[in-house]
Amino acid sequence: MPEETKGTDPVSPEPSSPAGAPVASGEGAGSGAKASAETSPSSAAPTVPAPSAPAAKAEAPSAAKPAGPVKPAAATTAAKPAEPAKPAAAPATGEKPAPAAAKPAAPAAKPAPKPEGPKPEPWEADLITRLRSQYGSGIKEASTYVGQKYLVVDSSIVYEILLHMRHDELFDYCVDITAVHYPKREAQFDIVYILYSFHHNQRVRVKTQIKDGEHLRTAVEIWETANWLEREVFDMFGIEFDGHPDLKRILLPDGWKGHPLRKDYPILQQDQEWVRINLGIESGQ
Amino acid sequence: MSERTDYLDLDTKDETFLDATELVLNMGPQHPSTHGVLRVILKLDGEKVLGTECVIGYLHRGVEKIAENRTYAMFNPYVDRMDYVAAVSNGLGYCEAVEKLLNVEAPPRAQYIRVILTELCRIASHQVWLGTHALDIGAITPLFYCFRDREEVLKIFEKYCGARLTTHAFRIGGCIYEAYEGFEQDCKKFCDAFLPKLDEYEELLTTNRIWVERTKGVGILNPEDCIALGVTGPVLRASGVKWDLRKAQPYESYKDFDFEIPTGLNGDTYDRYLVRIEEMRQAVRIIRQAVDGLPQGPIMAKVPKVIKPPVGEVYHSIEAPKGELGYFIVSDASTQPYRIRVRPPSFVNLQALDKMVRGLLVADVVAVIGTLDIVLGEVDR
Repeated sequence: MPEETKGTDPVSPEPSSPAGAPVASGEGAGSGAKASAETSPSSAAPTVPAPSAPAAKAEAPSAAKPAGPVKPAAATTAAKPAEPAKPAAAPATGEKPAPAAAKPAAPAAKPAPKPEGPKPEPWEADLITRLRSQYGSGIKEASTYVGQKYLVVDSSIVYEILLHMRHDELFDYCVDITAVHYPKREAQFDIVYILYSFHHNQRVRVKTQIKDGEHLRTAVEIWETANWLEREVFDMFGIEFDGHPDLKRILLPDGWKGHPLRKDYPILQQDQEWVRINLGIESGQ
Repeated sequence: MSERTDYLDLDTKDETFLDATELVLNMGPQHPSTHGVLRVILKLDGEKVLGTECVIGYLHRGVEKIAENRTYAMFNPYVDRMDYVAAVSNGLGYCEAVEKLLNVEAPPRAQYIRVILTELCRIASHQVWLGTHALDIGAITPLFYCFRDREEVLKIFEKYCGARLTTHAFRIGGCIYEAYEGFEQDCKKFCDAFLPKLDEYEELLTTNRIWVERTKGVGILNPEDCIALGVTGPVLRASGVKWDLRKAQPYESYKDFDFEIPTGLNGDTYDRYLVRIEEMRQAVRIIRQAVDGLPQGPIMAKVPKVIKPPVGEVYHSIEAPKGELGYFIVSDASTQPYRIRVRPPSFVNLQALDKMVRGLLVADVVAVIGTLDIVLGEVDR
């Protein structure tokens, strides 16, 4: 059981969540983190006497803090049965085992400090059944989040999916292509295709994950607009698209080194050499 | 002399400058008709354009990178600096996207105030477009007329929030400023005064022979090309596609208002001109309805002091004066956005330039750049 050492501040229970949370949320495997986030409020709530269940987020760490060092033995024994199995029976058990039950709940609450946030819900539609029957497990996730639909697909079939979306599902307008960098993940990049269908007045995001250095097939043959959009992704993230007619930098100068929207590129960094040679100054800052 | 025959050989192509059939000409980045720092490399055969290449990025400030290092509220003024002639629209799109992430909605009064200001901003943006576009083509008077009348819009902005250009008028969750004393009257007065002015612009241009000759049949885009190229806004509508996000996926209080979506038939520069002129009339219609129906009540939704949206990502887009302006925001439940992607209409529309000018004359390139209505601050971000 992890030690409850950090969550002493009930207001901001998790300082490291900026790095940890997106890794969990952005990928298909994030359902594990989501599941634990769902269970945590229910198992943490019984520790609070009665009606303050919504405040479980703030209460849980403060309740767990004194319990941890005082009763280590009771905590470990109570922790095993205090799994999400009996959230309803717990309130009557009294003062002493209850804080112990909160203890395993508190670390579980850490990755998701906002239990009130909306959760992605599974997206059921004919489109999804058609896609699943054709591509099977290549469709990793089909969800809606605050009413917005998205698909997470395997990077090996993303081109076929896009082709299918364009020609069979009539998503004729490619709104945007962009990327998000998660440096701590193995597949570091999310590539996001935002599609719109004039026929259905519907917007869908198709997401895929690729590793650093992995290439994707260009979508220029499907939508002409992908030309500049992919060039920008290449410019900002260094992701290459195979078969692109003119893959080169678009916003930054051609000789620039580095890809600024990667997370390991600090905001003040610049290509000093380029600045010196081309602008004749030591620094552009 | 008799041994030299090579200069009589007409079959070998002479690669000297004057005899070359293809000429590469550099237009910009410091060219008055490129509306900023846009560089277009033109491949010409005489006067005829064989192809173009746009070189952009001269105004790149790394807005998306800045966003990752600012809090949600701190980034709000930055979006005004993208499309700086339609700053209010930028702010509206950003605030709405963050509100979606927070799952809050601005109260009705705030929504109405937002609509009024955004439509005023649409008029102001189209006035800048019309003035500069007409100036490029050689009509200098519309510039003075448009900027004179745009002043009235900017005065309303100034009275409302203290700024004329980069307004930062909206906040996440609603508006921070209540409509000032006499706001409704000012808007109504503007609407009443503006419609005759609009007729005046039309008098100068719509049937003007030079204007018609320079714009009719120039830079034609058919609907299929528009959709393939992702072109939106008046450029798309002028090609006959009746699509406007205010109707297709209504946001704010747009569903309360009665207005038309003007469309063109031919998709040429002249139709785009007519569509934008008509859009200004429709904007006046919306403003009048919104002012008349302006509800009472709060102007700010309940938004925490420190904005920390839950983990998630949203894409939200609005119909900006230039087309679909979208924000894709990824939140990691911290106070700063993990990633903000701006989908700028100007950037995507500019990509259509090459298709539009092929086969036209050099002078038409100027007309087509003007009709695309790009703002380089938004193209380069």
